Amino acid sequence: MLYSGMWTGDTMTNAYELIINILTAIGVYDTIFGVFKSYGMEFVLKLIIVLVTLAVLFGFVLVTVMFLTWMERKVAAMVQSRYGPMVTGPRGLLQPVMDGIKLIGKEDIVPAKADRFVFNLAPYLAFVPAILVFVPLPFGESLIISDLRVGLLYIIAISALSPISILLAGWASNNKYTLLAAMRAVAQDISYTLPLALTAIAVVMLTGSLSTVDIVNAQSGTWFGIIPKWFIFLQPLAFILFLIASIAEMGRIPFDFQESESELIAGFFTEYSGMKFAMYFLAEYAHLFAVSGILVTIFLGGWNGPVLPGIPVVITSLVYFILKTYAVVFFAMWLRDTVPRIRIDQLLNIGWKIMIPLALLNLIVTGFLITAGVMR
Amino acid sequence: MVPNEIFDNYLPVALLTIIGFVFVGISLFMSRMVRPSNKTDEKLSTYECAEAPIGDARIHFNIQYYMVVLVFLIFDVVILFLYPWAVRFKDIGALGFFEMLIFIEVMIIGLAYAWRKEALEWLQ
Repeated sequence: MLYSGMWTGDTMTNAYELIINILTAIGVYDTIFGVFKSYGMEFVLKLIIVLVTLAVLFGFVLVTVMFLTWMERKVAAMVQSRYGPMVTGPRGLLQPVMDGIKLIGKEDIVPAKADRFVFNLAPYLAFVPAILVFVPLPFGESLIISDLRVGLLYIIAISALSPISILLAGWASNNKYTLLAAMRAVAQDISYTLPLALTAIAVVMLTGSLSTVDIVNAQSGTWFGIIPKWFIFLQPLAFILFLIASIAEMGRIPFDFQESESELIAGFFTEYSGMKFAMYFLAEYAHLFAVSGILVTIFLGGWNGPVLPGIPVVITSLVYFILKTYAVVFFAMWLRDTVPRIRIDQLLNIGWKIMIPLALLNLIVTGFLITAGVMR
Repeated sequence: MVPNEIFDNYLPVALLTIIGFVFVGISLFMSRMVRPSNKTDEKLSTYECAEAPIGDARIHFNIQYYMVVLVFLIFDVVILFLYPWAVRFKDIGALGFFEMLIFIEVMIIGLAYAWRKEALEWLQ
């Protein structure tokens, strides 16, 4: 009985069905489907449509990452009262493109003492989980690649894969700095996965579903017509813990032990150059956006927002989601430029001795309030 | 219809995994076409702030967090048990809550024990 809960929840429309709806609205879907059916290849059509949705997602992620690298520099510049990149393109917007071109042309160095196979494998393992996290992320009403019924668990599981690539990269480089950085990063990642997972449980208790779409739908509507029904108001402690833990998961200042530029050169990817370095860069910023998106989905109402008459919900919801996510991203960047790095033993102490007990307390209090009927 | 639905839901995951690997492969291959390759002994040596590297990085050293990882493993499994409970929480009512409270209680005692035994300290 307990386990069958994993399989409940309605099948919502996703990007795949959205495309079919659009094609049907234009009036070409039946013709296309007929052509494929006459060859007995309906599956191929399905595959093509899924690939189109994935291509859109992939393009979106790449453009977002490029924009985020530009934004990171601009925010840092704003904080430090300077301009940041200004030369390439309007206000330096084309700077990421130039960076990409530069990185493609850079020589690829594999240190003589490194483990070649593992060294080359690590960038793949860094990039693939970073992009996989986006599958159950609801960008807007029915703008989701696949509404997995275990969506939240899937997200936590996939983000927990990142220490593997860090450890592989750090060990394979055969460099003391990378090894130290990798060891620290793993200690940090495992310490902060627990509060992340524990605070997410409190939200799951409220929604009764692990599906991200169900979580967003549970946050629609308002109290007294003013306050939106976001879980940040029901679970303020969980929100703060999740925010801290997710910043630690992203490995950003004040928890950037996988990089710590001033101590460990560039952390675990010190020995990487050229495109392999670029892969780590892509993965890092894709992860930043994904984790911010997850935070928005769980606590800030996802794509919920006031419905505007005359504009399709698909578009308004996408705009709300993007706006909220960029607000969280901006917060993370702002933090990076204003807060010093903490010490590694402080990091573990905060994780194990403050955040986990608080997360457990939050869990118990939430359970008690729901059982007593105060919170629902 | 559940197996079919699982297939539909996880097809994008499988495809995206392949696309991700292919994308990285293609970018690395493209860069191999364009980039220069002028390797010297100094360039290929391990980077240690321009000094000649002293010794090997693969030596025995205290990784500090061995105990932390053990505690983490136990907690992670326990948390996994909490997920199905949380999904069904509103249906199982007060009895389910108090049963799980005992479970969480054990978890808290475990954490307190690890804390008391200084398993969570960074410097061992």
